[in-house]
Amino acid sequence: MSVLDEMHLRRNPRLTLGQKLLSINWGLVLLIALLAGFGLAMLYSAANASFHPWASRQAMRFLFGLTVMLAVALIDIRVWFRLSYPIYLLSLLLLVAVELKGSVGMGAQRWIDLGVIQLQPSEVMKVALIMALARYFHGRTLEDVGRVHYLIPPLFLAVAPAALVLRQPDLGTALMLLMGGGALFFAAGVRWWKFALAIGAVGAAVPLAWNSLRGYQQKRVLTFFDPESDPLGAGYHIMQSKIALGSGGVLGKGYLQGSQSHLNFLPEKQTDFIFTMLAEELGMVGGLILLGLFFLVFVYGFAIALRSRNHYGRLLALGLTVNLFLYVFINIAMVTGLIPVVGVPLPLVSYGGTAMLTVLFSLGLMVSVSIHRDVRIPRRGLRDES
Amino acid sequence: MSERRNEEQGRYRGFARRAVMLGGGQLLLLGALAGRMYYLQVVEAEKYKLLAEDNRINIRLLPPPRGRIVDRFGTPLAVNRQNYRVLLVSEQIRDLEASLDDLDRIVPLDEADRERIRKEITRKRNFVPVTVRENLSWEQVSRIEVNAPELPGVSIDVGETRHYPYGEILSHIVGYVAAVSEKELTGDPLLELPGFRVGKNGVEKLNDEALRGTAGTSHIEVNAVGRMIKELSRHEGHAGREVVLTIDSGLQSYIHQRLANEKSAAAVVLDVDNGEVLSLCSVPSYDPKPFNVGLSRQEWLGLVNDPLSPLSNKAISGLYAPGSTFKMMVALAALEAGLGADHKAYCPGFMRLGNHRFHCWKRGGHGSMDLTGAIQQSCDVWFYDVAKRIGIDRIAGMAERFGLGAPVGIDLPGERGGAMPTKAWKLANIGQAWLGGETLINAIGQGFVLTTPLQLAVMTARLATGKAVVPHVTRGLRGGGMPSLSIRLPAPSIEVPKAHLEVVRNAMDAVVNSARGTARGSAIQEPGWEMAGKTGTSQVRRITKAERDAGVIKNEDLPWRRRDHGLFVAYAPVDRPRYACAVVVEHGGGGSSAAAPIVKDILLETQRRDPLGNEPLPLVALGDGQKA
Repeated sequence: MSVLDEMHLRRNPRLTLGQKLLSINWGLVLLIALLAGFGLAMLYSAANASFHPWASRQAMRFLFGLTVMLAVALIDIRVWFRLSYPIYLLSLLLLVAVELKGSVGMGAQRWIDLGVIQLQPSEVMKVALIMALARYFHGRTLEDVGRVHYLIPPLFLAVAPAALVLRQPDLGTALMLLMGGGALFFAAGVRWWKFALAIGAVGAAVPLAWNSLRGYQQKRVLTFFDPESDPLGAGYHIMQSKIALGSGGVLGKGYLQGSQSHLNFLPEKQTDFIFTMLAEELGMVGGLILLGLFFLVFVYGFAIALRSRNHYGRLLALGLTVNLFLYVFINIAMVTGLIPVVGVPLPLVSYGGTAMLTVLFSLGLMVSVSIHRDVRIPRRGLRDES
Repeated sequence: MSERRNEEQGRYRGFARRAVMLGGGQLLLLGALAGRMYYLQVVEAEKYKLLAEDNRINIRLLPPPRGRIVDRFGTPLAVNRQNYRVLLVSEQIRDLEASLDDLDRIVPLDEADRERIRKEITRKRNFVPVTVRENLSWEQVSRIEVNAPELPGVSIDVGETRHYPYGEILSHIVGYVAAVSEKELTGDPLLELPGFRVGKNGVEKLNDEALRGTAGTSHIEVNAVGRMIKELSRHEGHAGREVVLTIDSGLQSYIHQRLANEKSAAAVVLDVDNGEVLSLCSVPSYDPKPFNVGLSRQEWLGLVNDPLSPLSNKAISGLYAPGSTFKMMVALAALEAGLGADHKAYCPGFMRLGNHRFHCWKRGGHGSMDLTGAIQQSCDVWFYDVAKRIGIDRIAGMAERFGLGAPVGIDLPGERGGAMPTKAWKLANIGQAWLGGETLINAIGQGFVLTTPLQLAVMTARLATGKAVVPHVTRGLRGGGMPSLSIRLPAPSIEVPKAHLEVVRNAMDAVVNSARGTARGSAIQEPGWEMAGKTGTSQVRRITKAERDAGVIKNEDLPWRRRDHGLFVAYAPVDRPRYACAVVVEHGGGGSSAAAPIVKDILLETQRRDPLGNEPLPLVALGDGQKA
């Protein structure tokens, strides 16, 4: 390790593959594997003690995603720096493509079939937006950030995909994009009062936005405030989820013993409501252990951000951490009845390909920031230096 | 360069500050999540545990099979018969109409059936079976079973319906079951089961609780749409108990058939020693089956408005003036009052009281009469004379001891009491003082005195034994997971001196078995089986003086409604009484001609069958055996 420490003391070290492998945050990888393991165990239970149909497929995806993550981590941060805008642009194009296809097809169309995997462009956009914003703010001084007109391009970067996603319509993802983007604005040093202004503006737009929501979205928000009013209708999900959680108690009903989940009272138990199932079978203790694992991942994220010597890396690591946090928080707050049901999966745990892949991709980026923490990236970009 | 470095450091410091703020915010939010979990899983845990159990567990009632009703020898009188029905599970069929067409070839279905099935299928969950048709014949069942591979989603199910092998012969005693009415709901969930039946009449009603048994419960785990996943626990209930009656169904069949010649009649046969009812018959009767299935309004109105009232059990609820069958009571009251059996009265064919003539049934009179002769020839004047001497209250006191004029307490619903007047009774019920003439009229069993055929049978049994037997139709209960119960009612002494009873019995013997007896034509010839009895004719109209002067119109010349009721009571054998019988033939004319021949046939048949001489269904022994 001392070799590595020494290496990192140098400016712009040129790292061999071996050094890079040694520099990977293996503790973080272990945490990720633990979380995915939790998820697989729950998927096994959700299928009534069967690997089929969820756990086996999810395990394959995880192994594939883990490989992608490590590959991403080993790629030089400067490559990602250069690719930030192109990736964003590509994601935006995919979103537009989905929008066009969706208007041709019927109803909500959130998927693009790439043959090998089905891709949900809105998920990809969550990472792409953070990369683009980190790239943008990397090139701005604090003074620049204080000037309003420098904030217009990044604002456009964030609002454009959010608006497209909202049209799909996918309220949860749109909000996540805005919040993730907002976190980067905040980390970049945008003044408090500007946030207050923006929130005020959004607040004023709420009535307008309300009218543009689809009926089912309005209903979801309304029943959130009083789920018991319609226990067999729209409030069913929240009510059954709370029953499952509450009946789990401190120690839970035991693995594979969750009556609510196994008797199908719990909807979507393998995807959005997997945390509920976990907390029903393993109790508050199990739920808090999972939360604790996520918390450690966030700590890693913050540590990586603070230790990076390039601003791009800092912003990227922080943005991705916040993004991951938003996943976790929104999902758990949703299933515990704190916020409306918006359809956000629990990263690494819920069944689903795109989310798994994008989350592992973003964690790969985070590790890449960590490995290449001593790489200096000039403010005006890499072309100047060479 | 240093300016740039300073700027870079400032940017880092700013970032670090903001990062710490974000981290702090996240920590707070994670804390909120943990708090929420604590609230749900610790503070509110009990509430949600209950809700989860509610979700998960359904309690299903297992209806117990209804107990049988059998006669004294174990012959079934009410049983559960398997009812085959064809069911359809909509989730297993592709095309409902095609399936119904297929079924139609085996079980004809009309458009109304199809409409009901379509409606039920849309209303019920798709795995809940819908009844297509009930009461399938065995042939239909086997045809469906054979064609099962071509009939997906179609299944045969066996339910239970109540069956009464004796039908109308025993419907007045056994009763019937029918669907539970709104006001019968007691909160017992069993009663709320679809298709559940409760006893509505007769033994079915009175012993309903014992026959019903107790429901078992099955706790089943269900999923969100109510489909059964598995049975968690099962608590078996108890089958309904078997009710054993005192009735001899063979004798009952005979008597029913014997009475069937009459338009309307009732008969009762008792065991004189313990009051067991061997037969209790009332014609016309009704078929209990339609009540079980559900009676149409028209059928119901037809039964209710029938002038012969087939729904009424006339043996226990028909009220008749006892006529001359009441004379034994007056004779016993006279003996008790100190008038000897040799007390004589002269019968010129009438008796004058005040300025009114009270006629004897025999226009020319009987001449000088003593007690035995008065009973033997049913001389009214002798009883007028005696009644005038002892007063109505003494007669009533005697009649009450023999069970007349008040319910005797048989274990059947719907028993009526009738009336046994006294001076106080008339003052209380009619509000007028007793008139001397009324004593005379009531002394020959007319006027206010009203009795049921059952009361007359009880009276005869008590006369025959001197014991206050109480009639009952239930011999005991068996099975149902409880020890057998045998019903024996105490029969204390009637407290009438043996000598007095002997006098009256001898007179009753003379009624049948002497040359001048009113029922000599109905004497039983078989030695050792002879009966002793008393005729009675219950007038339903007043005979005016003009008619009497012109000659009383014969019953045959009167419209049926205005003819006299014929009564006869008897016990047999004369020297060692075992059976008592009472018969009332509504508007049948005189007792000797209408009722006595029937009683003769009944007592002959009873003694020939001799139900008391045969071993009845064991009750106590079987109960002990079950427990062991």
